[in-house]
Amino acid sequence: MATLAGLCANIAPAAQALGMPETAACAELLAAQIAAPGPNFGAFLEQQIELLQLNADTELAARLSQQRVAAGGPAEIFQDRSMIGDFISEAREHLEMIEVELLRLEQAPQNPEPIHAIFRSFHTIKGLAGIFNLTSTRDLAHEVETLLDLVRNGALPATPALVDVVLACADRLGAIVNLLAEDTGDEGVALPDNTALLERLRNQMMPPDEDPVPVVSAAAPVPAAPSNVAPAAPSNVAPAAPPMATFAAPPKTAPPAPSMVPAAVETADSDPAAARRRSTDTSSAQVKVDTSKLDFLVDMVGELVIAQSLVQQDPSLTQFGDPRLGRNLAQLGRITTDLQKTAMSLRVVPIRQTFQRMQRAFRDLVKKSGKQAELELVGEDSELDRSIVEQLADPLMHMIRNSVDHGLEAPGEREQTGKSSTGKVRLAASHQSGNVLIEISDDGRGLNRAKILKKAIERGLIPADANLPVDKILELIFEPGFSTADQISDVSGRGVGMDVVKKQIHKLRGRIEIRSEPGIGTTFLLRFPLTLAIIDGLTIRVSGERYILPLHCVQEIFRPEADSIYRVNGTQEVVMLRDRVIPLLRLYKLLGRVPERTDPYSGILISIELEGRRYCLLVDELLGKQEVVIKSLGEYFNAVPGVSGAAILGDGCVGLILDLDGLLSQEGLDAAA
Amino acid sequence: MNTMTAPTAAPYGETRGGLPPAAVVAGQAASKHLIFSLGKEEFAVPVSKVKEIIGMLEVTPVPHTPEHVRGVINLRGKVVPVIDLRSKLGVPAAEYDERTCIIVVQPEMAKSVYLIGVIVDGVSEVMPVQSADIEKTETFSHGLISANYVLGVAKIRGKVKILLDLDCVISQADLRQLV
Repeated sequence: MATLAGLCANIAPAAQALGMPETAACAELLAAQIAAPGPNFGAFLEQQIELLQLNADTELAARLSQQRVAAGGPAEIFQDRSMIGDFISEAREHLEMIEVELLRLEQAPQNPEPIHAIFRSFHTIKGLAGIFNLTSTRDLAHEVETLLDLVRNGALPATPALVDVVLACADRLGAIVNLLAEDTGDEGVALPDNTALLERLRNQMMPPDEDPVPVVSAAAPVPAAPSNVAPAAPSNVAPAAPPMATFAAPPKTAPPAPSMVPAAVETADSDPAAARRRSTDTSSAQVKVDTSKLDFLVDMVGELVIAQSLVQQDPSLTQFGDPRLGRNLAQLGRITTDLQKTAMSLRVVPIRQTFQRMQRAFRDLVKKSGKQAELELVGEDSELDRSIVEQLADPLMHMIRNSVDHGLEAPGEREQTGKSSTGKVRLAASHQSGNVLIEISDDGRGLNRAKILKKAIERGLIPADANLPVDKILELIFEPGFSTADQISDVSGRGVGMDVVKKQIHKLRGRIEIRSEPGIGTTFLLRFPLTLAIIDGLTIRVSGERYILPLHCVQEIFRPEADSIYRVNGTQEVVMLRDRVIPLLRLYKLLGRVPERTDPYSGILISIELEGRRYCLLVDELLGKQEVVIKSLGEYFNAVPGVSGAAILGDGCVGLILDLDGLLSQEGLDAAA
Repeated sequence: MNTMTAPTAAPYGETRGGLPPAAVVAGQAASKHLIFSLGKEEFAVPVSKVKEIIGMLEVTPVPHTPEHVRGVINLRGKVVPVIDLRSKLGVPAAEYDERTCIIVVQPEMAKSVYLIGVIVDGVSEVMPVQSADIEKTETFSHGLISANYVLGVAKIRGKVKILLDLDCVISQADLRQLV
């Protein structure tokens, strides 16, 4: 305690010397308080130390900016692209965090933790904007900070309206950051006018007229546990003492203090889970790496694995029969496998970020639609391929929109049917038998089968007398040009609907399923492979060359029975398989190869399904099933019909991965003819 | 201060690429060329365009591509297209033997970095070609080889080397028509 008091006493003159009067005043006050502790000392200490830190930060930033202006004027600051780049990336990180924490705050207005985090983030942005002389940006951040400070001190409740305003400010700051990012640096950027927003902010700051009970409860957690905080805070601050002592020389050393203090408060937090989550958040250190470097690394590890297996299987090595060599080779094998596993894990990322974006969009959607609904996120930590995660946002957004707009009923209608007036939408991710399963479900009215059927007939998608099973009726919503919304709203129902979603999901090698019960709700199930970099393939041989057939298209592999192949109309060959007539395609013809043998009965038939139609491919030989790393054929070949990429096979040769879509498209068939 | 250091820094980077910068920029003095053979003819290409020379590898054919595009090879994990120079230039085909090799080049016009392999009968040496030795022949006709692919001829120690326009040989123009 004495150390702490001494420290504060040291800070005051140091700050004064540096021309930071507010900081100095703050430190003096703190020193006086420590010398004579009053009631509620713990809470007071925590607040004061944070305030001290903030003042030091702000004044330092202001001084820095003054120095920069004095040195060369604001224009020079904009010229420094790398510095503004750092500002942009840091500001974006903070804005992202603000968004997440605001949503947390909205759900639990009593929890003091989010408000502290938001406050800190806005404060950092303010400081950064000050350094870069972005006056209007700094002022906006400052006003938000003032508002948040009132909430933090319990003078204002964290109402949804307040969260709205703060979100709007975060959006505006995001827009400013984007403008700066696009700026080429030739001249200053015309930043948007913040007057209206500032007005809204100030309106929020008016103390509410009604009963101030929620205010007290919002501020309750901290003073309620003074006995816990008081011993914890000083003991946590003490380790920061050595850097604090050298404060006079580099004032930057101030930051350790606040990071220690919130940690101390968290120990007294009523929600231990939240505290644990926060501590894991801060402990996971991360490095940002260029994705092309990452891809190269993964490629090279793949090569290492192949090279290693080539060496290990080399017959001349086994001739030696040396046990030591065998041991060493086995060790090399183990290391390679471990390395490969790690490299593969680099390609996968948790789906968290995409889910969080949905949460924000969902909130806005619900507000706009005038319905009441909450979104439940499950399994945000599920990992899948980076490129899937990135491209999943659009289809997910569309389905969530559909759920809010079409799925969920208006509150009145819900109450009539005995449901809670607040609708539920659930977004869940999980791993299931080597796939990633993503579920989007709502507890709304469910899909109206009669309406779907009627619409499909109206649009001429199916004949009027069609007799479809239930699941086929539901699948009609994936047909192009199908939209069941009676009115085109801002939210959804523009006719670009589920067909686009389905196409996007197919492109990511995923599948989509619907389950819907009238009055109970609708669930969309999406299944994706863990990674797009690897494909499960069937290695086949056609006229002396090896090809890889994506396994997910393959239905059946069989030898044709005697007399099961016919010619229809003298041209198209077909094969009879269990009373079904399936078109037979000779793969060597499709690939433009000179056949080794033409007798289909001596080859093997592979039955595949493509967009609901079945085909049989004739191949010479089946070599096995293998996981391969997909590589691009490169820029030289623009697009080879029927080939989606290449893979390095076990013996180091290249095998082509067949693209059945392209192979069987009219273009592919023409190329073969 | 900055303006002084910049020009000296750039050539330093270039020399590491394997070629004296002066030769490239000026085009006056000698520049090093790789000499390779195709049938009875000897060809020369600037070494600055050559990434590496490798022995013949197993080539995987790619469907629906022109005759001279032999397919793709695995170059240390990269899938690299290879073309047969005999076939491209219209020289009668020959069996590949132990002298056959692939010259891996990097096209200059490409926006992104990619490689192409060119199959030749064999490489012999790297020698300087003086610009004074080069005869630019607009109406060049040498047996079957089209003038489009030839930049000129150089006489070195009494022997004729054909300067090949590599960028033209490996251009994708004829590939686009087919696809």
